[in-house]
Amino acid sequence: MAFFLETLIGGLMSGMLYSLIAIGFVLIFKASGVFNFAQGAMVLFAALAMARFSEWIPAALGIENKVLGNVLAFAAAMVVMVIVAWLIERLVLGRLVNQEGITLLMATLGITYFLDGFGQTLFGSQIYKIDVGLPKDPLFLFDSVFPGGILVSQEDLYAAVIAAALVAALSLFFQKTATGRALRAVADDHQAAQSIGIPLSRVWVIVWSVAGFVALVAGVIWGSKLGVQFSLSVLALKGLPVVILGGLTSVPGAIIGGLILGMGEKLSEVFIGPMIGGGIEIWFGYVLALLFLLVRPQGLFGEKIIDRV
Amino acid sequence: MLYRENGQFKTSYRADQAVFPIAQDRLAIGLILAFAIIVVPLVAPEYLFRAILIPFLILSLAALGLNILVGYCGQISLGTGAFMAVGAYAAYNFQVRIDGMPLIVSLLMGGVCATAVGVLFGIPSLRIKGLYLAVATLAAQFFTDWAFLRIKWFTNDSSSGSVSVADLKVLGLPIDTPVQKYLFCLAFLIVFAMLAKNLVRGHIGREWMAIRDMDVAASVIGIRPVYAKLTAFAVSSFIVGVAGALWGFVHLGSWEPAAFNIDRSFQLLFMVIIGGLGSIMGSFFGAAFIVVLPIVLDNMPYWFGIPIDTALASHLTFMIFGALIVFFLIVEPHGLARLWSVGKEKLRLWPFPH
Repeated sequence: MAFFLETLIGGLMSGMLYSLIAIGFVLIFKASGVFNFAQGAMVLFAALAMARFSEWIPAALGIENKVLGNVLAFAAAMVVMVIVAWLIERLVLGRLVNQEGITLLMATLGITYFLDGFGQTLFGSQIYKIDVGLPKDPLFLFDSVFPGGILVSQEDLYAAVIAAALVAALSLFFQKTATGRALRAVADDHQAAQSIGIPLSRVWVIVWSVAGFVALVAGVIWGSKLGVQFSLSVLALKGLPVVILGGLTSVPGAIIGGLILGMGEKLSEVFIGPMIGGGIEIWFGYVLALLFLLVRPQGLFGEKIIDRV
Repeated sequence: MLYRENGQFKTSYRADQAVFPIAQDRLAIGLILAFAIIVVPLVAPEYLFRAILIPFLILSLAALGLNILVGYCGQISLGTGAFMAVGAYAAYNFQVRIDGMPLIVSLLMGGVCATAVGVLFGIPSLRIKGLYLAVATLAAQFFTDWAFLRIKWFTNDSSSGSVSVADLKVLGLPIDTPVQKYLFCLAFLIVFAMLAKNLVRGHIGREWMAIRDMDVAASVIGIRPVYAKLTAFAVSSFIVGVAGALWGFVHLGSWEPAAFNIDRSFQLLFMVIIGGLGSIMGSFFGAAFIVVLPIVLDNMPYWFGIPIDTALASHLTFMIFGALIVFFLIVEPHGLARLWSVGKEKLRLWPFPH
């Protein structure tokens, strides 16, 4: 029982991290109808920027304080992500307005290649560390209930808390600010939003910047967990089944989808995996999402797809 | 002046339904085929065969198959690499486990197995549409990646899923030198291209296109979506499976599951989109572009004599590749095939545009 709970909690926490990536997908899909494959590349790019700035800035300015160095690096990385967002809107999406979904998907794949190459050219391609002071020691919970307690990674716990805070901040931003309202209007209906004077191109820059911010947070958390390296880019592939399971247009869906998949993945790996050879984590999420979609084609919370002739 | 159809009267139904109704087109295709079959084997150096021509032929076959699914039937698939892998490993099993199995039969049986898997993963397309389907097809990709790595039976108990074939023979003739391999692949490509061309202009191709353009409307006028979608998956994955088998047997010789990973799927999708969705010709253009581009980019520094370290060069290649993809999508979202048909239109009036 204790082992089961341990696996379950571990799964939920890694699910929270998948959600972080999925939220980036959902934000951009809602606001511009672009299925942004480059989200993973943005995570890598942001993490690389963060990792390198946290070396360069303290060295250049002679800052001893670690927290201040990290904050400055985070701010600098955020500026870089805004510039990336602006460039993407300017050079790519602005010119592909009204194209079919698959063309846009391919364009973001092109962006993925570009960002992967560009990030590593700019920031180097070794494995870097991000140290934001997340505690690494495991924690033992419920000592009194189970013998030995349940082992929980403190790092994962903090990451999950940060992710939850991020989600709360995002929903406040979307519900309570004027910009957030503009974003929701665009997500609802591009033309209507444009006709009441919401500038589409600026909204897209903002959305891509927000997605860049989410990517940065995801990059910092994943980067401090696994080290910043090329494989972070592949994380996008972990986010995809989460998005379709939760529904392409729903932020809460991304979170719940992430939790379900994270949990399912860990439990299946531990309990079913040994029976059929192990390593089933790679495809389990996808097959689960596929089976789920057979029942509900728009995902858990996606907008119902209505076909009209 | 040279390329125009006036004066060419169609006097029979056969002539009206010809694949290439214009005499100049027939002549051009004949010349291209003659060039590919006779001239190329005589003049091309060995490097060209191995690095460009054979991959180009096989990948354009795969792109052709994918184009039927994505371009004609409108079902986006990100799992093409999986169907190639199924074709390759199934053909391998037929070749190894059955003594004296003819090579061509093995390759075709590889295609048949890919068809079965393709139809299986195509069934969700009846319910799931658009981008949801695209992501769902990734399930096929990751599942086969895993299956060929972990299930030892598929790979004849070899470790890490790597297998190899040797001494390929067709009707007693060895397929050994690059020229023989080239001609072997070319024969497959010609046969399948003709089949595909005729399929897409027949009634089944029209059904696919109707489903692509709007599936609800298509089913209203009496097209069965189940039949149309599943046949598209079947035909597409058969061709892709054969291409996969050729890729393993003829091009690689020995391979492991990573040869058919998700990058291969993306590469094929790039070919189809850059070449032109819904165009047989476009598959060839796309394949040529995507096969040649990385080689050109890789060799660029050497040609200009710029010393550049390999890691940086590979990152720059990534960047330029990505930028060019985006550039092409912006300049010509309908692909190279559109440029081709625009060129043909212009040529009809040339040199007197009025």
